[in-house]
Amino acid sequence: MSANMADNMQVNPIIGASVPRIEGPEKASGRAIYTDDITRPGMLHAALLGSHYAHARILSVDTSAARALPGVKAVLVGTDLPHNYIGMFIKDQLPLARDKVRYSGEPVAAVAAIDVQTARRALRLIEIEYEELEPVTDIEEALKPGATVIHEQRDEYPTMYELPREPNAICFTEFMEGDPSSAWDQCDVIVEDEYQVPAQYHMYMEPSSTVAEMDGNGKVTVWTSTQGVARSQMYTALAMGLPMSKVRVIAPRIGGGFGGKCEFTNQPITALLAQATGRPVKLTFSREDDMTMMKRRHGGRIYMKTGATKDGTLVARDCRIVLDGGAYADESPEVSPVAAFFSQGPYRIPNMRVEAWSVYTNLSRASAFRGFGNPQATFASESQLDDLAEQLGMDPVELRLANALEQDDKFFCGKTIEKATMKACLEKVRDASDWAGKRLHGTPARPGKKRGIGVAGMSHISGLAGAGANVLLNEDGSVTLNCGAVDIGQGSDTIFTQIVAAALALDMDQVNFAAPDTDSSPYQFQTSASRNTYVIGNAVKKAGDDVREQIYRHAGEILECNSADLELRQGGVVGVKGVPDAALPFAAIAGRALWQEGGPIMGTHNWLYTPQDRMDPKRMLLRGFALMPDAIGIFTFGAQVAEVEVDEVTGQVEVLEYWAAHDVGKAINKASVEGQIEGGIVQMLGYALTEEMLWDNGRMINPTMMDYKIPGMADAPYKIHSLLIEEAEESAPYGAKGVGEICAVGPAPAIANAIKNAVGARVNQIPATPERVLKAMQSADDAD
Amino acid sequence: MTDKQAVTLSINGDCHDVLADPRRTLLQVLREQLSLTGTKCGCNNGVCGSCTVLIDDLPMRACLTLAVAATDREITTIEGLETGGELHPVQQAFIEYQGMQCGFCTPGMVIAAKALLDRNPDPTLDEIRDELSGNLCRCTGYVKIADAVLSLVDADRGQN
Repeated sequence: MSANMADNMQVNPIIGASVPRIEGPEKASGRAIYTDDITRPGMLHAALLGSHYAHARILSVDTSAARALPGVKAVLVGTDLPHNYIGMFIKDQLPLARDKVRYSGEPVAAVAAIDVQTARRALRLIEIEYEELEPVTDIEEALKPGATVIHEQRDEYPTMYELPREPNAICFTEFMEGDPSSAWDQCDVIVEDEYQVPAQYHMYMEPSSTVAEMDGNGKVTVWTSTQGVARSQMYTALAMGLPMSKVRVIAPRIGGGFGGKCEFTNQPITALLAQATGRPVKLTFSREDDMTMMKRRHGGRIYMKTGATKDGTLVARDCRIVLDGGAYADESPEVSPVAAFFSQGPYRIPNMRVEAWSVYTNLSRASAFRGFGNPQATFASESQLDDLAEQLGMDPVELRLANALEQDDKFFCGKTIEKATMKACLEKVRDASDWAGKRLHGTPARPGKKRGIGVAGMSHISGLAGAGANVLLNEDGSVTLNCGAVDIGQGSDTIFTQIVAAALALDMDQVNFAAPDTDSSPYQFQTSASRNTYVIGNAVKKAGDDVREQIYRHAGEILECNSADLELRQGGVVGVKGVPDAALPFAAIAGRALWQEGGPIMGTHNWLYTPQDRMDPKRMLLRGFALMPDAIGIFTFGAQVAEVEVDEVTGQVEVLEYWAAHDVGKAINKASVEGQIEGGIVQMLGYALTEEMLWDNGRMINPTMMDYKIPGMADAPYKIHSLLIEEAEESAPYGAKGVGEICAVGPAPAIANAIKNAVGARVNQIPATPERVLKAMQSADDAD
Repeated sequence: MTDKQAVTLSINGDCHDVLADPRRTLLQVLREQLSLTGTKCGCNNGVCGSCTVLIDDLPMRACLTLAVAATDREITTIEGLETGGELHPVQQAFIEYQGMQCGFCTPGMVIAAKALLDRNPDPTLDEIRDELSGNLCRCTGYVKIADAVLSLVDADRGQN
């Protein structure tokens, strides 16, 4: 039995309790401070000018009238900035466009002025002469020989991976296992189709915002709405040509992120304006600026072919994924490979080939977004499995159960599965939803509507990149936890507080969660990849354990006993087992350490996910992964069922009820886990039914909340049943794995499969708008 | 340039004299001139509801209300719901039921929920979903927000 498992047997009851958010009172009272709520003495306000054109060369820029406007303190254009490219896997972007604009809305100029109105007025006085170029907006066209090239100097950018030959390609990934070319002969049934997925906007409720200020020594402090203070620090330093030691980033409360506030948003340009003016500068985007200038989910096309024998055994799959990366790469070199990696789904398919592209286009840049690539691939694969089941005459759940990965199986590309819970998820969601009864007998629908039920299986990862944590024992026996993790709303501040409280048997209010600040926090990768609870949680727990060991050492010396004879008592007391009177408050230990023996007590731990096994290049063809799939974390599994009604006249779809079974290892905070699942499902209900960024010749035509519809309360089902499977993961803190992303992987195909079940029409393109559903119903009728 | 006007606003029981451009919205004046930053700006377009405040007890969009049009009215913002240092029961319910994640929509959502319960102390689930559908939340999926509001119905009426 591992040490972790032994700990798990006597876990403090705070683990698993639905304790309220530690920051609940400040959020409910309106006292929570978000970036735009910050005001600094002498602060200026900034605004950015976005390009009018999707693709154009900048011929000349005249800012003289803008500079002359009273109240304007700085006007910056691309040529005023250091020529430092920034980006994650390929450095292809500047904070302001320099020679060329590559999407409509791309920032070309920045103004800092005494107020926002003056800054915006100044923007209108900037004259830019453009030579318009043909915009490339179609991903397949972009890949064709002779296509207009978007980044002429692509091959000169600093890059961490091998660039494909096609000049508009950001990255190309190919995986292959078995012998997919000859395996088709063994198949009795083959289905083949093309699927289309939309560009989805994150629509975090708080638009991107940054306040930057430079001190007299040339060090810049940045308060910003970010998913990672260290990432913002790195990009800001890089763009300014400063060492990271000259940049401090602090995260106030964050109004949502979902991947859109990973890497950088508007931190670099705001810091550059602070440098240019010598005064604090605030830049808060309007919603329209955020929608046109910032990031989004990759839209794209997926071509998929799957074959099975007549008993329902999956034999072969061929898949080609082409994703629209937009004008700059951002996290594309991670997103399309992840799409490829999950295109097999949580099933055994012995012969499989997949290729995945991210392609430059003259549209806004695509980035990380909850599930990063997985929801796209899973929409195709789970839709196709239902069509396969129909042709085989099999129940969709049965087909999935028959092929679900089991403990002795390897995941695609040969990676070991830590806990194979796919079957358990499917069985749980099947039973809870009365799947068999509804599928066989149906449920009466309201007049004019048809009702259906659909399933999707899914897998994802939880992990990625290193984490550190410090736990300091304060003189009064309380502790301060500092791990640099940013809570973007998912609840990690509370989770980590619970973990430390459990490790030291403290009450929640005896643990101070320190705000992320690069001046004091351990280095920390960002909030992404469902990594906080699992990766950072490991560092936090082990730092807490470290403090406990130090407390035991001191207590053993004072009480003259072995550490093994000591125990923690709730509320900050260490005592001798079986001797109620032999007890010391933590304050006595802290005092001894501080004044007499050993120095202050600080527990610290650094942790990085280490795979059990490496990819086996003999087993499969593997190329073009910027980040090796074996390093991305442990697997998680889930299964979801949606029940919908489709209006026969309008094609409108309503999701009535939803069941989601997820293997979470252990829920540290049950209500927060449910909150993640409920929120992920409703966000992706929007992806399935209404959300789609639209461009006309490269110009976004719906950059407002009015025209881009996210689900409201009346659109979302109240009955969302979170069914938690808790099989402790041995490498995880108290067994807990991440759930923030996997819950967002399944809703689109589950809903599409429910639509198919309701009206017999397959919708291959999401969002399944009434128009598309009606069209699919018409095609289904024509085919009959 | 438009001349500024003297405006007297009654907010959370206090009178504030401000000089404001007549084109300025109540949201701008609250946040930028009076430092009442609990009211949030999510769209500035009247869609998201993050800026919901009570004007004479009715939930209104502060981003669509001109400050000059709010004179002689009683304005209540999220900062005005506490009494004697105690959070309002709606605020407490949102905390207890985790009816919030990132918290950015929470002030507007709490105000809208309070307005609903003041007007209709016994709303059904469907009434809650209808009445709060003008306040968008991107994190929670709304279930726990509904639970928070339903808990107050239960507490007041002792029914499910």
